[in-house]
Amino acid sequence: MSVSAQAGAAPVRRFAGRSKRVLPGFGLSLGISLFFVSLVLLLPLTGLVVETSGMTWDQFVFTITDPRVVESYKVTLWTALAASLFNGLFGLLLAWVLVRYEFPGKRLIDAVVDLPFALPTAVAGITLATLFAQNGWYGQVLAKAGIEVAFTPLGIVVAMAFTSIPFVVRTVQPVLEELSPADEEAAVSLGASDSRVFRKVIFPSLWPALVTGIALSFTRSLGEFGAIIFIAGNTPYVSEVTSLMIFVRLQEYDYAAASAIASMVLLVSLVLLFAINLWQGRYLRRLEGR
Amino acid sequence: MSPEQHRVGDQPWVRRSLIGLAVSLTVILLVIPVVVIFTEALSAGWSTFSDNILDEYSLHAIGLTLLVALLTVPLNLVFGTALAWAVTRFRFPGRKLLITLIDIPFAVSPVVAGLLYLLLYGRNGWLGGWLSSHDVQLMFAWPGIVMVTVFVTCPFVARELIPLMQQQGSEEEEAGVVLGASGWRIFRKITLPNIKWALIYGVVLTNARAVGEFGAVSVVSGNVRGQTNTLPLHVELLYQDYNVAGAFAAASLLAAIAILTLIAKAIVEWRQSRIEHPAPKTGGA
Repeated sequence: MSVSAQAGAAPVRRFAGRSKRVLPGFGLSLGISLFFVSLVLLLPLTGLVVETSGMTWDQFVFTITDPRVVESYKVTLWTALAASLFNGLFGLLLAWVLVRYEFPGKRLIDAVVDLPFALPTAVAGITLATLFAQNGWYGQVLAKAGIEVAFTPLGIVVAMAFTSIPFVVRTVQPVLEELSPADEEAAVSLGASDSRVFRKVIFPSLWPALVTGIALSFTRSLGEFGAIIFIAGNTPYVSEVTSLMIFVRLQEYDYAAASAIASMVLLVSLVLLFAINLWQGRYLRRLEGR
Repeated sequence: MSPEQHRVGDQPWVRRSLIGLAVSLTVILLVIPVVVIFTEALSAGWSTFSDNILDEYSLHAIGLTLLVALLTVPLNLVFGTALAWAVTRFRFPGRKLLITLIDIPFAVSPVVAGLLYLLLYGRNGWLGGWLSSHDVQLMFAWPGIVMVTVFVTCPFVARELIPLMQQQGSEEEEAGVVLGASGWRIFRKITLPNIKWALIYGVVLTNARAVGEFGAVSVVSGNVRGQTNTLPLHVELLYQDYNVAGAFAAASLLAAIAILTLIAKAIVEWRQSRIEHPAPKTGGA
């Protein structure tokens, strides 16, 4: 989606050596932006700081290391990892097929890739829960193979994978499109096998975008809530994700505990966000040959 | 670069199996779920479907959801456009940081987003305490729902515009300045036609997310039927009441909006590609 659009943006025009601002509206547009960012994005952070600073350090540590909460970190981490790795493979496959081949229905597939971003997560949640339930279309088939998805951590993986499908496709697709056929054709005509050309020529230009897509997918999965709670079963110590733990603490009116856990989640997501942006900036520059 | 040249993955069997695998996975993971939403919604027949939709609480949820979208979209349209203009037309210290900051809502869990607002504006928050002493209640009421929705959806318009405006550069606008046009006129006559389609898609995405937000809204809403229940929350309530057909009926409205969003995207991409590779006479300025 929008985040990923950056990855494939065409070389950015440089505003080399501009010392004076020619265009009007600098004050107005920056003013609106800063006002909005401060009011909507930054001010609410103060509430979290105030709430957690009311706790002693021991209370804080006790809350975030509560065994049930720790178990939720583990569940969230491994399911998000599994989901984003699945999306790495599936997304690479989809991007490849959409860029390299022509086939009937291609435009439809291309359009439907964005569905998880357009579909409300609660709708995705009840739909996946219905499909993977024991008597659901998929649940029946999987039950014969002895696989249970609904109300298990596997359901969390399914929900996370579904909601983050577009990330890898949309970051890898533009890079694949820009790839010049010349190197590839040269390698092939020199007699290298397809798999060797893919590993030695194509993959090296592809993997930064792939990593970005997987990281975006992972970040999104860590925070996912709506799609998960319907399919996970939400059994304490087994299939509770951390977002849900925050929600549970809130329903117990334990705002302090909710804030403590939330501050950990927030920290991780902000670190990931800044890391991804730094990483994207670096490899974009390399791609542009600067 | 003749098309006859052999490229990786061109052998028929590789081609066919990759296409087959991709298409079947897409059908399983993306197409069938949409089909299920509508078959479940209609599983008890059309009359039950329309009863479910026209139910008093459903109608209220639809109304509230529309109100939220109606207030959220214009706010984020103005913000997104202003931000995109500031960061693509000017260089200033902190510009990169600003671009990263607006991605916060994408990275932060919606539950955490809701919590942040609850802590600040709730009765125990430092701002909320002052507000409630003046009889202003924002949380567990519709204004709170609007506020968190603005938070969650604020990156979309900017994120659509920034790459496009960066790529287009500002030469045309600078020419406008040289010719003596006012700032507003430059924006309307030069910038707007160039970014029109991306702007529309940004609005469509903002709207889709505003209508469908669940996690953040569910933290600040209080879920009172007929009062602070948006359509996604209504879906959850019905589902937990074991009214599956009802839940899917409400969900089908949201799914319809999602499908319209995808169609809008296809149209926008097609129009944008015509702007970027214009037929003779329509291009330039």
